[in-house]
Amino acid sequence: MADLASLDISFTLNGAPQTHSVAPFALLIDFLRDDLALKGTKRSCDVQVCGACTVLVDGLPVSSCTSLAADIDGKSVVTIEGLAEHGKLSPVQQAFVDHAAMQCGFCTPGMVLATTALLERHPHPTEQEIRHYLRGNICRCTGYIKILEAVKSLV
Amino acid sequence: MRLAPFQLHRPTELHAALALRAQFGDDSAYYAGGTELLLALKARVLRYEHLIDLKRIVGFDRLARDGNDLVIGPLVTHLRLATDPLIRESLPAYARLSDNVGNIRVRASGTLAGNLCFSEPHADPPALLCLLGASVTVHGPNGERSVPMAEFILGPFTTARADDEILTAIRIPLPTAGEQFCYRSFGHLEYPAVGVAAAYQSQAGAPRYRVWIGCIGDNPIHAEPVEAALAGVPPQALSDVLPQAAEAMAAELPATDDIYGSADYKRHLAAVFIGRAVLESAGMPGGR
Repeated sequence: MADLASLDISFTLNGAPQTHSVAPFALLIDFLRDDLALKGTKRSCDVQVCGACTVLVDGLPVSSCTSLAADIDGKSVVTIEGLAEHGKLSPVQQAFVDHAAMQCGFCTPGMVLATTALLERHPHPTEQEIRHYLRGNICRCTGYIKILEAVKSLV
Repeated sequence: MRLAPFQLHRPTELHAALALRAQFGDDSAYYAGGTELLLALKARVLRYEHLIDLKRIVGFDRLARDGNDLVIGPLVTHLRLATDPLIRESLPAYARLSDNVGNIRVRASGTLAGNLCFSEPHADPPALLCLLGASVTVHGPNGERSVPMAEFILGPFTTARADDEILTAIRIPLPTAGEQFCYRSFGHLEYPAVGVAAAYQSQAGAPRYRVWIGCIGDNPIHAEPVEAALAGVPPQALSDVLPQAAEAMAAELPATDDIYGSADYKRHLAAVFIGRAVLESAGMPGGR
């Protein structure tokens, strides 16, 4: 029987192919933050309610706090570190800056990634569709209006 | 919170998954979307030495029409059900329900099959699936069997599925022409405090209404007194009968005080949403 103590996983991380060995019970958030030193992914509620730990897996938002690292095998993962290209912020990041759509900033990586996923699939969402999609990303500074304005500026 | 160690098995066909369950017994559990199971493992409410991942089983992602049924495989996520053209066209009320489950991340990872197997009493799907006459197919060591949805949910976190069985399909009969459905739920937390599924059909001028109430009891409740009170009432005349029928039904519901609200509050919500769901199913204003 094969050694099941660790699993080899191959995936694309922010555009770059990677192969790593992970424990089958390792959570994606710990793998990203601790093994790959990608600290932009934030742990907050830890029960997939708040969205701070959002990463994109094959383009869809995922709570990395409640996902196995083993499950990104064969998939494409994008973290907040992967959005800027050659030092230039992505359009979503730039819109958040331009609209000052952050206060403490802790929810911002998840907000930006969820917005990126929304606009990838629905480039012209209505305000109601934006609110619905981002309902699961919580800003405890309650700075939602600026965030909404930033997203609307991209539509 | 981290997970206690386990081994992860990734079979690619059903019988291999059943064989792994037979080998490891109660030290093992099936795993798919993980939105319920991983939370329970992190909270140390559950503990398994082995997880049997179903995500690589060929055909488990099926979402198709089979004769007069819609067949939903165990890997079909809420997001797929919310966006798939087949569901949006043939069962728009179900697509809408799916679009309101949890949040976008839960919908993208979580499966309907897992939602049903976990049997969280405040989950949205069971009431509407009961109304639609859905059934689930489970496969175990002794073969497969079909269980009507109304008999599948036995209570909080308890279903008719044996621990060694795999839910391999949810079958929903396609609605007959002219039957209209609606599902409305409401609450302040991630799960709703109350959910109401309603159907309206006009058969040869004899209006017929069907109503199921979810989230408020241990399992979906068939609101037969409401149906009896409304039988034959044209949609335009519902306002004469519906409020009293909804309030009488709500008063009898087994609501209890919990974090979703007081029993009185939940009964009030039930009366309001029975009314709105029935009106909306019949295409009447006041349903919004």
